[in-house]
Amino acid sequence: MPDQLMQKIKNFIMEEFLPGEDADELTETTPLISGGILDSIATLKLVMFVEEQYGVNFEPHEVDKENLDNLVSIVRLIRAKNPSAA
Amino acid sequence: MGTHVCLHELFMASARRSPQAVAVVEPGQGSISYGQLDALSDRLRDRLAELGVGRGDCVGLFLRKSIDSVATLLAALKVGATYVPIDAGAPAARGAYILHNCSVKVAVVEAALADKLGAALADLGAAPTLLTVDASLAGGAGLLAALAEADQRASAPVVDSAASDAGDLAYILYTSGSTGQPKGVMLSHENAVSFVDWCSETFAPTSADRFSSHAPFHFDLSILDIHVCLKHGATLVLIDEDIGKDAPRLAQLIADERISIWYSAPSILALLAQFGGLAKHDYGALRQVLFAGEVFAVKHLRALCELWPTPRYFNLYGPTETNVCTWHEIPLPVPPERNTPYPIGQVCSHLRARVVDESGAAVAAGGEGELCIAGAGVMRGYWALPEQTAKGFFSDADGSAWYRTGDIVSATDDACYTYRGRRDRMVKRRGYRVELGEIEAGLYRHAKVKEAAVLAFADEQAGLSITAFLSSDDAKRPSLIEIKRFCAENLPLYMIPDKFSWLDSLPKTSTDKIDYQRLKELR
Repeated sequence: MPDQLMQKIKNFIMEEFLPGEDADELTETTPLISGGILDSIATLKLVMFVEEQYGVNFEPHEVDKENLDNLVSIVRLIRAKNPSAA
Repeated sequence: MGTHVCLHELFMASARRSPQAVAVVEPGQGSISYGQLDALSDRLRDRLAELGVGRGDCVGLFLRKSIDSVATLLAALKVGATYVPIDAGAPAARGAYILHNCSVKVAVVEAALADKLGAALADLGAAPTLLTVDASLAGGAGLLAALAEADQRASAPVVDSAASDAGDLAYILYTSGSTGQPKGVMLSHENAVSFVDWCSETFAPTSADRFSSHAPFHFDLSILDIHVCLKHGATLVLIDEDIGKDAPRLAQLIADERISIWYSAPSILALLAQFGGLAKHDYGALRQVLFAGEVFAVKHLRALCELWPTPRYFNLYGPTETNVCTWHEIPLPVPPERNTPYPIGQVCSHLRARVVDESGAAVAAGGEGELCIAGAGVMRGYWALPEQTAKGFFSDADGSAWYRTGDIVSATDDACYTYRGRRDRMVKRRGYRVELGEIEAGLYRHAKVKEAAVLAFADEQAGLSITAFLSSDDAKRPSLIEIKRFCAENLPLYMIPDKFSWLDSLPKTSTDKIDYQRLKELR
């Protein structure tokens, strides 16, 4: 079954930062920050979206390439903070 | 009349005056005193001399911002050499090009980056000595360990610090070049010291000040941060690149580290005002906010001044070739109805300015023309590019060399300048100069790109948005993700276009050149 949480994050990134792109091109492991898709302002927007949607708070030091460079790691970080996020 | 003090002598005088004072802080990791930094840079100076580096040679810095990198640039100056700071976060091929272009003898390199850089250098047939430093060790320990290891192989006899001529090169900063390769701006000790002395006069720093070091060392804003701070025996607070882009963390750091003199491009200040949560912290120590590198949108400046009401604000302007050449103190408060950007102000006292038209004739007050600068701060030229250097200057009847900034300005009767735009295809993005031609050259390297044209548009939120127009012979065009990744591998991140627009073919003028005017309308 596709992961609903991941799909929502993916939809947000597609709509905000990759308009017109074929959804199949953005995979679970596509590098987002190191791949030039999310710059620093885009990363902040993504964090604000996630915090608002899932009632989680990112610590400042978590907003980095280690935690947010692809969909898998983003979802992992959200679930660690809010296991029921979907 | 020239000045005859060397840049490193300003630091050495502080180290003699107050060896115990804290010179550089790596927040949360370590710090180093003036005495220790002097000793550490002396040891590296001796090692560089042992490796054959001397007056007139170049030393590369391929290091993240750290105490190690401050010690390295001081050591290079002490041995009489020129330091060449390179963006360690940019693709290794770009770094290798720069190191090869200015024929560095020795490069001090972060260990984790050494293999990639070495391979890229080998591709160019270059093999400078790489002194590798473990960047995970803070407080200067990485460089100390590297020096201890080198000592085991061969001793490095103590040499005297060089008393370079004022005209010797202190550093070379590579900026975006329109031909697709970066070009090296050569600045002498005289250039740098005249600028540092002007800063002393204008900002009156004291040894109690704590300077931010937000700009990376390959960016000319770093010259003020490092050398003005060290001249006055003040403390330099190094801001890691990741934190430097992260508004909430940066807001906390500025308060925690009690920064008193802040200097950066306006873009990060705009992010701090919008997303930093500045109201949560105490900024009692902050007394001056300096910004340069691009136009500060007034609505964000106003918001910042409301959140930080006590410091004085200075708009500084100048290309890398002259460093800061005009300045303007913002009168507070910023009126609610104001929306035009503030002027770039009056010319600095160590320089002279004039505004000329296309034929080189002086423009009367009120008219628009190109801003040209002469005086002690103006660069020696571009490294190994005599033609571009010649094109960058004109001489007047007195024999003074005037640097053409390429910036169009207008002046009031009291010689206060207002920026109007660029003469050519260079734009400023997050404070960095970007030649749109360099982005095009990068895009042309993609196998499927047949034509590439890059344009910049004003953008309310980001300040500037860059669009690439592309065409391809291949029916299957690269996806947006693929092309962005390709850019990330070939260009510094600040050069990656925001938008990519594929056309069957790009519109042409009657002479079959890409028609940029029509592309502007296509947007």
